[in-house]
Amino acid sequence: MNTPVIDTRALRKQFGRTLAVADLSVSVAPGEVFGFLGPNGAGKTTSIKMLLGLVAPTSGSATVLGAPLGDRAIRARIGFLPEHFRFHDCLTARELLRFHGRLYGMRGMPLDVRIDELLARVDMLDAADRPLRGYSKGMLQRAGLAQALLSEPELVFLDEPTSGLDPLGRLLVRDILSDLRERGTTVFLNSHLLGEVEATCDRVAFVKKGRVVYELDLARPTSGVLVEMRLSPIDACLIEGLARFGTDVTRSSADLIQMRVADDAVLPELSRWIVERGAALYSLSGRRKSLEEWFVEVMGEDQRPG
Amino acid sequence: MMRSILTIAHLTLYEARRRRIVLAAILCGAAFLAIFSTALFLAYGELARGDGPSSFIERQVLLAGLTLAGLYAAGFLSALLAVLLPVDTLSGEIDSGVMQTLASKPIRRGDIILGKWIGHAVIVGTYLILLTGGVLAGSRWVAGAVLVNLPEAMALMLLEVLLLLTISIAGGTRLSTVTNGVMALGFYGIAFVGGFVEQVGSLGGVQSAKAVGILASLLSPTDVLWRLAAYRLQPEVVRNVGSQIFSGGAVPSSLMVWWALGFGVLTLAWAVRSFERRAL
Repeated sequence: MNTPVIDTRALRKQFGRTLAVADLSVSVAPGEVFGFLGPNGAGKTTSIKMLLGLVAPTSGSATVLGAPLGDRAIRARIGFLPEHFRFHDCLTARELLRFHGRLYGMRGMPLDVRIDELLARVDMLDAADRPLRGYSKGMLQRAGLAQALLSEPELVFLDEPTSGLDPLGRLLVRDILSDLRERGTTVFLNSHLLGEVEATCDRVAFVKKGRVVYELDLARPTSGVLVEMRLSPIDACLIEGLARFGTDVTRSSADLIQMRVADDAVLPELSRWIVERGAALYSLSGRRKSLEEWFVEVMGEDQRPG
Repeated sequence: MMRSILTIAHLTLYEARRRRIVLAAILCGAAFLAIFSTALFLAYGELARGDGPSSFIERQVLLAGLTLAGLYAAGFLSALLAVLLPVDTLSGEIDSGVMQTLASKPIRRGDIILGKWIGHAVIVGTYLILLTGGVLAGSRWVAGAVLVNLPEAMALMLLEVLLLLTISIAGGTRLSTVTNGVMALGFYGIAFVGGFVEQVGSLGGVQSAKAVGILASLLSPTDVLWRLAAYRLQPEVVRNVGSQIFSGGAVPSSLMVWWALGFGVLTLAWAVRSFERRAL
């Protein structure tokens, strides 16, 4: 098995009396696009900061790219886009990237070529020589994304990368994430936009009150398929018979039944059985549980605002 | 390591230039020099017409006093620049999130401190040299006033502003912008009041006041550097007239220079250590 790119054991961070992260124990494999989900104040940003060496953990241990937290040389192989990216607004995007490139030890022509490549990738060539102070929130975020990718990092931390982006900007980020996956770059993505996470991540961890409470493999979902069907007549024998195909059979109304089956492959056999039994089948649809439903289920109703 | 320090220093200088901070400082300095030169010109005109003191020595004392007043004002403006220019360079960037992006790069946090220190030191040092050079050139050109030991005095004044700059940067590693500004100006204020009390104590022969003044100078050795510079600048003939201008008769010990130097180095070392350890 490949050595994890990120491996944390009971990482904990306390600011005075405030417990920001209670127990962060996650493992991220090389090339994985890993989503880090949780409500506001769950400790997501503090977790990223600990992994980047910006905040020292109170206890616990971790390695990033095989090195202990805060290792300076390893940071050359890491890219980071903070939430609400800001930089000296008198600089242009090109100057910003040149400056950050120098901090990575890049110089001369290779740096200039890389800058042009990235400006084109984030669709910023037209605005590259204008000061950041004139940029919209979305443009700043895209400039920040370019600086995170400057050194062609092996691991990228993205803290709310689509915050402030319009739908086209979000598509652009999704494309970039797809490119990163193809190149084998590991991505640690912190986002509130569950649709984005669902579309891009291989695996997600749910964080609640500073603790990882559940991990979900989006590439191999284990939750089965939720089936909803309209049919009649519905009697006890029918419900008993349906239980052979799956679990959680529930009659929601006079002609509506919901149940869970293991896989889509069960659906043709299920519909055939209903029809052969002489019942009238008006509709039958199967869908997987959305990430949003997972989120609400894992976090619980108590995490809802209001 | 050196490359990243110079990169940060370059960014600091570049930002100051683009934000027109340097331009604003130069305009203020030019206005100050114009006012000073005009005042000196008029005063010298009166002396030349025979108004005021008649002896050569008394005239030299007066001209040296005016020049030292100009240098004091130049030092004061530079001290304000040294405190206010870097006051938010760390705290502001931590609050805005700029620092998180910087500190996540493969550089030491100490490089950020040293780079910013060098960048600001170049600006503040150049400003001081231009202002004091302007005052000295103006007084020489307009009134023929002559001061001595210029390199030594300039070095002392430079050390004073660099010490204030270091205090301002060190405060920024832990304090918010406003608190840091208040603290750094307070540091300067302690030195000023301490120097004043020490001079009054010396002139009046009050030992306790002198002791309090020396203690204040040990806590904040900035004013003592100026007083030593002012003493060194005065020609022997002027010093012998009576109590020295701006040094009152209490000439600070040369050991205070070493104390100030050590104080600055230790403060900078503490700033690096403090910044390395803080959460960003």
